[in-house]
Amino acid sequence: MFFALGGYSLGMYLMRAIGRDGVYQSHLPDFMVFLDWKAYPWYWSFTDHFAYALLLVVLVPGLLALVFGFFAFRSRIKGVYFSIITQALTFAAMLLFYRNDTGFGGNNGFTDFKRILGYSITAPETKAFLYWLTLLVLVGVVLGCRAMMATKFGRALQAIRDAEPRMMFLGYNPLGFKLVVWTLSAVICGVAGALYVPQVGIINPSEMSPANSIELVIWVAVGGRGTLIGPVIGAVAVNGLKSWFTAALPEYWLFALGAIFVLVTLYLPAGLLGLARKVAGKLRRPAPEARKVPA
Amino acid sequence: MNEPRSAERLAADADPGLQGGADGSVNYGHVVEPGVIDSGHGDILYLEDISVSFDGFKALNKLTLNIALGELRCIIGPNGAGKTTMMDVITGKTRADSGSAFFGQTIDLLRMSEPEIAHAGIGRKFQKPTVFEKHSVFENLELAMKARKDPFGTLRARLDSAQLDAIAATGERIGLAQSLNREAGMLSHGQKQWLEIGMLLIQEPIVLLLDEPVAGMTDAETDRTADLFLELAGEHTLIVVEHDMDFVNRIARTVTVLHEGSVLAEGPMAQVQNDQRVIEVYLGR
Repeated sequence: MFFALGGYSLGMYLMRAIGRDGVYQSHLPDFMVFLDWKAYPWYWSFTDHFAYALLLVVLVPGLLALVFGFFAFRSRIKGVYFSIITQALTFAAMLLFYRNDTGFGGNNGFTDFKRILGYSITAPETKAFLYWLTLLVLVGVVLGCRAMMATKFGRALQAIRDAEPRMMFLGYNPLGFKLVVWTLSAVICGVAGALYVPQVGIINPSEMSPANSIELVIWVAVGGRGTLIGPVIGAVAVNGLKSWFTAALPEYWLFALGAIFVLVTLYLPAGLLGLARKVAGKLRRPAPEARKVPA
Repeated sequence: MNEPRSAERLAADADPGLQGGADGSVNYGHVVEPGVIDSGHGDILYLEDISVSFDGFKALNKLTLNIALGELRCIIGPNGAGKTTMMDVITGKTRADSGSAFFGQTIDLLRMSEPEIAHAGIGRKFQKPTVFEKHSVFENLELAMKARKDPFGTLRARLDSAQLDAIAATGERIGLAQSLNREAGMLSHGQKQWLEIGMLLIQEPIVLLLDEPVAGMTDAETDRTADLFLELAGEHTLIVVEHDMDFVNRIARTVTVLHEGSVLAEGPMAQVQNDQRVIEVYLGR
């Protein structure tokens, strides 16, 4: 959902950047003309400014996560229950965004983007730039998270993951730690969504469907849980497979995805990364099991 | 937290008859300051008429217990006597249905959360050793160490030399000086127990609650733990719950016997052991 919110935030800018080049040559997006709206609703104010759109990309997912997380974590909701609640929230958001009245293009969402910051969005140069920008952001985020995990804050986070009650009796309040990392992850998702939308040229509520969240979990499982680089490996691996599979045997892709999830859970609990480590360990033979900090 | 000064101000305002000294200070003899641990009456922990029930089962039944500062108190009692529940109430894990629990004269434990109580100076060791298995011994101690424990404080935390020394000294004390870089999950059961005790010590608590600290230890380890506890008493206040009677016998000064959620007997070990009611509870029934 945070991914989609980031996408929608930038999407608003992209829609306004279409200007009068839409089908109806109106200053309003086509879907608003459709609904016979005469003006932009208030929450579209300033979205024609790129900088403001970028601010929304970060603030909307961040603030929502902060508020939602505060109440959830304060009530000591955790683990699978927390996952279920976030899924329910996402589903509610999806239903909201499907409504035409919400003002975000209903089930069609935003599409037909023409330009970004004056550059044509379909031009190969723009596409290449966005691609490299995405890669750069990815590397930056992974390195940033790595640096964060190397601090005492990171060690405290892992300790909360492993033994939360122990941390509380040591005088740590897990609420703040969880809120910070949860909000941060929402912001990263928002940024990801904002990078995704101009490249695929569309954002609609189906991005918030539970299937998407589950697919994301599968990326992480395939790559390697409890690591930072694992999800990246998993995302590339699963999506590479998806590209090939949906071309070759489109109707069986979901079955294949399900099978991957089951197999990985059963046989590769540490994912591809764990497999790689095991192989590397075997090659080095007398491998002293002295991992200092799990990456 | 309340500013200690405000209490003085309030008292001074309330009583205009009090005269300030030459330097502006007021001499009361003994000022009770909210938020500051006051053990002026010799006791550090007061439990009074504490009751806790789970689905009608009274885990604690009007439990009243006072612990003196620097004392080493052993708490024994058959299973289900309420020993762990008592620790849960003191550390804020379980809410008491009625009664009061004070830390010093002024700190009401029943109104605080677990982290607040930990910061106030009560450390706890669990029945089952709970250390951070994926972290090294060093990191376990670093996390436990008395320091800022909020997200932004930890984000900028750097160990200074005094803290490094404290970690080294604690490692020495718990016999893990050679194992500081080992993953805690790889330690033996007894070593984990020690690490957890070390994690308590490095928090510099006033009161240590130790739930079955020698469970699963070898005899040699148990002996060393007994020595350690005797060394700590005085410097800290220790409350030890233990089933191992030899161990209790070795370290005990005052023993409290809990039974069905309240105090059955209290006194020196020899006296308690000969108490007819205690013998009945342990042997008969």
